Amino acid sequence: MHSFWLRANAVLTFSVIILAFTCAMASVSDCFNSPSPSAQIQITNINWFQKQRNGNEEVSLAMNITADLQSLFTWNTKQVFVFVAAEYKTPKNAVNQVSLWDAIIPAKEQSKFRVQTVNKYRFIDQGSNLRGKDLNLTLHWHVMPKAGMMFADKLVIPGYRLPKEYR
Amino acid sequence: MGWIGDTVDSIKSIQVRQLLTQGVSLGMIVTSALIIWKALMCFTGSESPVVVVLSGSMEPGFKRGDILFLHMSNDPIRTGEIVVFNVDGREIPIVHRVIKVHERQETEEVEVLTKGDNNYGDDRLLYAQGQLWLQRHHIMGRAVGFLPYVGWVTIIMTEKPIIKVFSAFVDGPSLSLVTVDDEN
Repeated sequence: MHSFWLRANAVLTFSVIILAFTCAMASVSDCFNSPSPSAQIQITNINWFQKQRNGNEEVSLAMNITADLQSLFTWNTKQVFVFVAAEYKTPKNAVNQVSLWDAIIPAKEQSKFRVQTVNKYRFIDQGSNLRGKDLNLTLHWHVMPKAGMMFADKLVIPGYRLPKEYR
Repeated sequence: MGWIGDTVDSIKSIQVRQLLTQGVSLGMIVTSALIIWKALMCFTGSESPVVVVLSGSMEPGFKRGDILFLHMSNDPIRTGEIVVFNVDGREIPIVHRVIKVHERQETEEVEVLTKGDNNYGDDRLLYAQGQLWLQRHHIMGRAVGFLPYVGWVTIIMTEKPIIKVFSAFVDGPSLSLVTVDDEN
């Protein structure tokens, strides 16, 4: 009853159980973190605003994004995926969310940042509803842990408006 | 060495009854793994509650060999969620992040575009010919939890099936993991 394989089996099973328990505890420790991130987004320029041949409108804009996401990091955080999405309604679509820019923040030191950028992904509507459209620019963050449950949240910044005319 | 001699002796003295008992215990292990798998499917509402990451398209967040826990609910699909979807014609599901959502007014139809964090472009290249958006029925679940490295067991077992057979006889209880793979 004490062969090599049985002992190896016992050690392996025990270590797997302990590891699973440690990962669960690591994940639970994330619940005790109450984050308070802050952010500001400014649209500095509408570079161009055109209607494509297939009838869909497209906007290219430049933004200043300032954020402080330090409070999101715990010892169990591997990285924070942050992105800015434009959200708006149209007569055809109740919800439109278009991601304009994203970044991966691997460590707490880089989570307080200021970025000036053009939209990384094309902002194309399904149709031509964007003239004079009111938008929310929402900063979303997705915390990816070293082990355990991932969680995501967002900060909605309303009050942006696209120009009434093409340019 | 002593244990080689022991193993040879035990093989010499195998009886039919012992062999049948082993066969039945193997069957029990496989069926209990299946029961756990089906129960997880029921509990999470997803067709494959656990997936193994096979490619580096979501690095540095998810590396090859990591395990993702999925959950499917009827909540609307929104940007930022990491979803697992099947493209028509491909058998292996893909785990990427939603970057665009367009949801219709009256019906709950939604059109979604995804992209891997580590990929340069969006997933339109991966969708079926002529397909520009994913619909709700393509999506099998959202990733809610994550465990690093554990998926290597499945990768090794699928790439070298002989290990699966070997491990069931030697070390059944600790190594009968059943998971589904994912790609890209």
